[in-house]
Amino acid sequence: MPTRICILALLAAGLGGGPAFAYTAYVSNEKGNSITVVDTETKEVVKTVDVGQRPRGITLSHDGKFLYLCASDDDTVEVIDTSTLEIVGSLPSGPDPELFVLSPDGKRLYVANEDDNLVTVIDIENKKVLSEIPVGVEPEGMGISPDGKTLVNTSETTSMAHFIDTETHEVTDNVLVDTRPRYAEFTPDGSQVWVSAEVGGTVSVIDNAKREVVKTISFAIQGLRAETIQPVGVAISADGKKAYVALGPANHVAVIDTKTYEVLKYILVGQRVWHLAFTPDQKTLISTNGNSNDITFIDTATDEPVESVTVGKEPWGVVVSPN
Amino acid sequence: MASRKPALAQEEVRYSMTGRWIAAVFLGVFTLTVNGGAGVAVGQEQAAATAGATAKTEKPASEIGIGYLRAYAPQLTLSLLDQPPGDNGIAGAKVAIDDNNTTGKFLNQHFRLDIAEIKPSDDPVAAFNELVAKGNRYIVADLSAKQLLAIADLARDKGVLIFNIGASDDRLREEDCRINVFHVAPTRSMLADGLAQYLMWKRWPKWVLIYGSHDNDHLYADALRRAADRFGAEIVAEKEFKDTGTARRTDTGVTQIQKQISTFTQGFPEYDVMLVADESEVFGTYVPFRTWMPRPVAGTAGLVPSSWHPASEQWAGIQMQSRFLKITGRRMLSRDMEAWTAVRTVGEAATRAKGTDFETIDAYLRSDKFSVAAFKGQKLTFRPWNLQLRQPIFLGDDRSVISTSPQEGYLHQVSELDTLGVDQPETKCTLK
Repeated sequence: MPTRICILALLAAGLGGGPAFAYTAYVSNEKGNSITVVDTETKEVVKTVDVGQRPRGITLSHDGKFLYLCASDDDTVEVIDTSTLEIVGSLPSGPDPELFVLSPDGKRLYVANEDDNLVTVIDIENKKVLSEIPVGVEPEGMGISPDGKTLVNTSETTSMAHFIDTETHEVTDNVLVDTRPRYAEFTPDGSQVWVSAEVGGTVSVIDNAKREVVKTISFAIQGLRAETIQPVGVAISADGKKAYVALGPANHVAVIDTKTYEVLKYILVGQRVWHLAFTPDQKTLISTNGNSNDITFIDTATDEPVESVTVGKEPWGVVVSPN
Repeated sequence: MASRKPALAQEEVRYSMTGRWIAAVFLGVFTLTVNGGAGVAVGQEQAAATAGATAKTEKPASEIGIGYLRAYAPQLTLSLLDQPPGDNGIAGAKVAIDDNNTTGKFLNQHFRLDIAEIKPSDDPVAAFNELVAKGNRYIVADLSAKQLLAIADLARDKGVLIFNIGASDDRLREEDCRINVFHVAPTRSMLADGLAQYLMWKRWPKWVLIYGSHDNDHLYADALRRAADRFGAEIVAEKEFKDTGTARRTDTGVTQIQKQISTFTQGFPEYDVMLVADESEVFGTYVPFRTWMPRPVAGTAGLVPSSWHPASEQWAGIQMQSRFLKITGRRMLSRDMEAWTAVRTVGEAATRAKGTDFETIDAYLRSDKFSVAAFKGQKLTFRPWNLQLRQPIFLGDDRSVISTSPQEGYLHQVSELDTLGVDQPETKCTLK
């Protein structure tokens, strides 16, 4: 079976250090004021790079040449050259940038300004603010539809998903979700947005055409108090079949069948799991575990944790480059 | 009551898109818009004020008036650091009104805060009536238990909900509970239980209790005794510290008090922790590091249980802290958090129930659907039998949060938060 072969290949790569699956993962360490660069094949830390204060949201330009990093307490987005790992510039993010999303054409960065109840739209090439869009209290989650036309921001205290037209920069719809929504992720076909609610303990599935919640997914892990289940990061596989949800202090990642909305499995990772990222080949999912200061590699064929690697202090975000 | 001076400051606070406060201050002059029966005003001018935010909506925003009634007088404390700021609590309410209005602009809802201030010895009825006459059917009350009871039934008859943030007295949730009074502040028994769980988890079960001679100190001591009983601790000795009236910072008695602590705490049987019950600020602050035996101190001094801590950054608390600091220029205290939570409670009900009329909000607040988030790691709900807000209790010293209760392992069939304070089977409350 092809999957078996994949597992063997992965194991072989892990043990033997073969050439396959050589990607680079970049992890932002919220309290370490650094990013950790990890080779996904050897699962070893390649380098630790000092950056601005309270680095959280992290993403890559589509060509993999630049890293964009929210240095929240420095009120800026730092631009890091991935070939030299040096900070080569910054973008005018507005105050306290927490999380952002890159437009599919790679030209615009949409930033959530947590302290100011704004979403800032940045023209990356000209380093200019194109617009500031007022949203709810404590904006955080940022999702963009695959066609780039719809931006979704979640505001934590307001508990809404704000749908924003990227042409007009206007809020067109506000969908009430459960308490403290943290993350918004579109399905690959653009038909749905999945929004996690940290204190509500749920994931709301919003129909992008109707702009309504069509399903609310709850979680239960035996032996854990319900209050410890606090969904944060969401990652949906490229084929659209499985969704992974980081459950915060529950120390698990839930695997959900996107058709039936059933939770298939809970994967034990590190403490206080925040965010998730796939490797480009989709074979591995990486979780950042804020309290145990490590990241966990998950094999997506078996949905088993493979290995955890210590990174910096309070790892928050992660992104994986094809190079 | 008739001799009560006009409120010190009557403020109308409105949200503006720039995030700054526009405050019109009326000194002793009351606004002319008096709303009759229904109480919930639909203010045209407020709609204009938020027109920028609701440009696409034609209808004027529905307005929800929240009154804030507090008894206040500057107070001396044993430590300068403990002197409450003049806007303690009010600042939290203002930040929450701001938050409610940011959310409200998406739902065409607008929130207004009216503040009235009286003295701790005043009868609150006149000030209460004025707030209600201005259309406020939700009153955040930073009052003593006695003052709160003086307006509770009047409020019920007028169809007004009170949110208690000032009085931690258990009796307000028990024999003196009311159907129209929600309690956002934790009770003394919740605070004491939160502390007791931690001390037991540390395996420090032998306590000495020293308490002040004022009524509130006795109530705090009662709560600690109850907590000892409940969680299996042993109070091996007790002693009252009598307030002889020469204890304040402003006279030379201060030196004597500090020197007295060592001998005052001499001669107790072997114990693990010294518990202090001194809400009246007579001696408590002086106890840590002055005890006869080298022992940790907890209660109203040392390790203190509270509803918030100015250094809490867990559970997104850092966001609340930095937002509060940015707007007010100071750190957020427990009273601020209680006021913030009270105002957010009304806002959250209006958001979730999608309505601004009193009946809709009242029904939603009482339903099992209601919950509010307040940076404490889990949703907070009201105990339906006495309308007390369930909440974790912070345990901190003057610099940092040491722990948060309930402690792991204290289980409960309904909510672990119900291991704190008087639980349903023991309640003396009949809501009426």
